[in-house]
Amino acid sequence: MNLLVCISKTPETTSKIGFTDNNTTFATDGVQYIMNPYDEWYALVKALEVKEALGGTVTVINVGPAANDVIIRKALAIGADEAVRVDAEPKSAVFVAQQIAAYAKDKAYDMILTGKETIDYSGGLVGGMVAELMGTPFMSFVSNLDVADGKVTATCDIEGGVEVISASLPVVVSASKGLAEQRIPNMRGIMMAKRKPLNVVEAQSADDHVSIKGYTLPAEKSGVKLVDAENMDELVRLLHEEAKAL
Amino acid sequence: MSVLVFVEAINNQYKKAAFEAVCYGAKVAEMTQGDCVVVTNGSADVAGELGKYGANKVLSFQSDNMHDTAFVTQAIAKAYEQCGAKQLVLCDNSRGKSIAGRLAIKLGAGVVTGAESLPSTDGGMTVQRGVFSGKALATYAYSSDNNIISISRNATPIVESGSAVTAESLDISGISAATQLVEVKRVEGTIPLPEAELVVSAGRGMKGPENWGIIDDLADVIGATTACSRPVSDTGWRPHHEHVGQTGIAIKPNLYIAIGISGAIQHLAGVNSSKTIVVINKDPEAPFFKAADYGVVGDLFDVVPRLTESIKKFKSA
Ligand SMILES: Cc1cc2nc3c(=O)[nH]c(=O)nc-3n(C[C@H](O)[C@H](O)[C@H](O)COP(=O)(O)OP(=O)(O)OC[C@H]3O[C@@H](n4cnc5c(N)ncnc54)[C@H](O)[C@@H]3O)c2cc1C
Ligand SMILES: Nc1ncnc2c1ncn2[C@@H]1O[C@H](COP(=O)(O)O)[C@@H](O)[C@H]1O
Repeated sequence: MNLLVCISKTPETTSKIGFTDNNTTFATDGVQYIMNPYDEWYALVKALEVKEALGGTVTVINVGPAANDVIIRKALAIGADEAVRVDAEPKSAVFVAQQIAAYAKDKAYDMILTGKETIDYSGGLVGGMVAELMGTPFMSFVSNLDVADGKVTATCDIEGGVEVISASLPVVVSASKGLAEQRIPNMRGIMMAKRKPLNVVEAQSADDHVSIKGYTLPAEKSGVKLVDAENMDELVRLLHEEAKAL
Repeated sequence: MSVLVFVEAINNQYKKAAFEAVCYGAKVAEMTQGDCVVVTNGSADVAGELGKYGANKVLSFQSDNMHDTAFVTQAIAKAYEQCGAKQLVLCDNSRGKSIAGRLAIKLGAGVVTGAESLPSTDGGMTVQRGVFSGKALATYAYSSDNNIISISRNATPIVESGSAVTAESLDISGISAATQLVEVKRVEGTIPLPEAELVVSAGRGMKGPENWGIIDDLADVIGATTACSRPVSDTGWRPHHEHVGQTGIAIKPNLYIAIGISGAIQHLAGVNSSKTIVVINKDPEAPFFKAADYGVVGDLFDVVPRLTESIKKFKSA
């Protein structure tokens, strides 16, 4: 089994979100970056589990600048065998997907895994795009996955339930919560990661089709109205008459 | 130039999101002086009803392959070509999210998921969506000839502006699926969290799973769906599908009642788009109060049963 895991980087979850250049650019000053949780906790660990059960290699791929090597090394420390970085700013989902597909095209991966979305821009697009470019099935929002005899069975989260689907390899899978248990890299993993290959490849040209023109901050809440704990009739009245929520 | 809207019928019925998408498509068609065409898997009679929400034309097909992203993509692409559309509208639900990327590649289209409102068409098309877990809105501009917008809940109000049409059938022969459906399991009875208008949610302040009776009682009297914070589902007090937040489900209900939840930034990320937020917490310094519309400082074990009684009284009045 040869597995490719797509990893992205995202601001740490408690980062302060602000913009510069007349609200056209995300202010990166003082922002700490982490590996996108869906990629790290679920997609990567599931790939490692499949490899541990069936043998093979796990490669991680990131489209991004050299600063991303920190999170790529973390993926290697968690247990990936090798890494690839496509050296370019990941400006749009389609650009990223084109890079991943171009790299994967002649490498016969049995499975390509992504997170269900990045938690910053939450586009949720890259996995489906890669599947279409590769011409393979796409299993999305997968919270449980079994691989046996060249066949994959996936439990896909849908509103208020699940759809269980199966397909022959190769497939593209997007990971949602529960697909695996988060693993913390240990000292040995961190030491070994330093010696694992991290290949840097050049980007292909590709269209973006969409771009961000600017940001606005949502309207501030006008402040909380406190209701006396003894007087729940009053809360009900406010919810009915003022908020029109009941 | 037509606008094509894809909506899925589940058990041959449409949910609110489908009506919103048709109304949205009709509005975009109006802005671009085109027709609003709907492609759907509903039966002809049910699908034709979508005319009431502004569809000028409805293409329907029947299939057992709605689970297969490649199949659905090809069926929609066929309809898109047939009606010469330049815009495609999808719902930003699990199905829509699963096919948006495939369709963007297939149609060579620009795509924005989770649009919060109608696009603007002066000087090229732009649309807004939430980014950084709702902490900001970003304006996306399309530079492509073909555009896909997948719309978030409440992106447009539902209005009945037309009348039923006669659905035409879409020929899907030759389009096959690459995956097999093994089974579908749906939680019966309750409204799924992503679709719920009323949500009652509880956190670690509950002390243990044995105390959830008061939460269920409150949810029952208002007909709400229950949710929880991440540590609560991580420790197995509640099922995983109830976990809301940045790494759980992101929700946008009309009313979110948060009980014994501190309001950590990762929790807020999934709920701060709720229309009205009520926070019940014994700690007046709990960060959640800053994000709340209404707050009650008190012991939840007293306050929640009292609230349930008050609502019962209100409902029977
Ligand atoms: C990367 C990352 C992602 C995360 N994603 C999520 C996520 O998606 N969703 C999520 O929820 N969390 C998430 N978290 C965890 C988050 O940071 C908080 O730890 C979590 O939300 C706290 O849950 P809680 O409010 O239930 O518990 P606590 O923080 O322990 O708060 C309990 C609250 O109950 C109140 N309380 C106690 N007893 C009573 C009483 N008798 N009456 C009234 N009030 C009472 C207390 O005052 C307190 O405010 C994430 C964390 C990280 C690092
Ligand atoms: N720059 C990137 N490099 C590699 N993989 C990425 C990149 N951006 C996104 N992905 C993958 O695609 C998934 C969905 O991302 P998105 O479509 O941007 O929400 C992520 O969880 C990653 O697995």
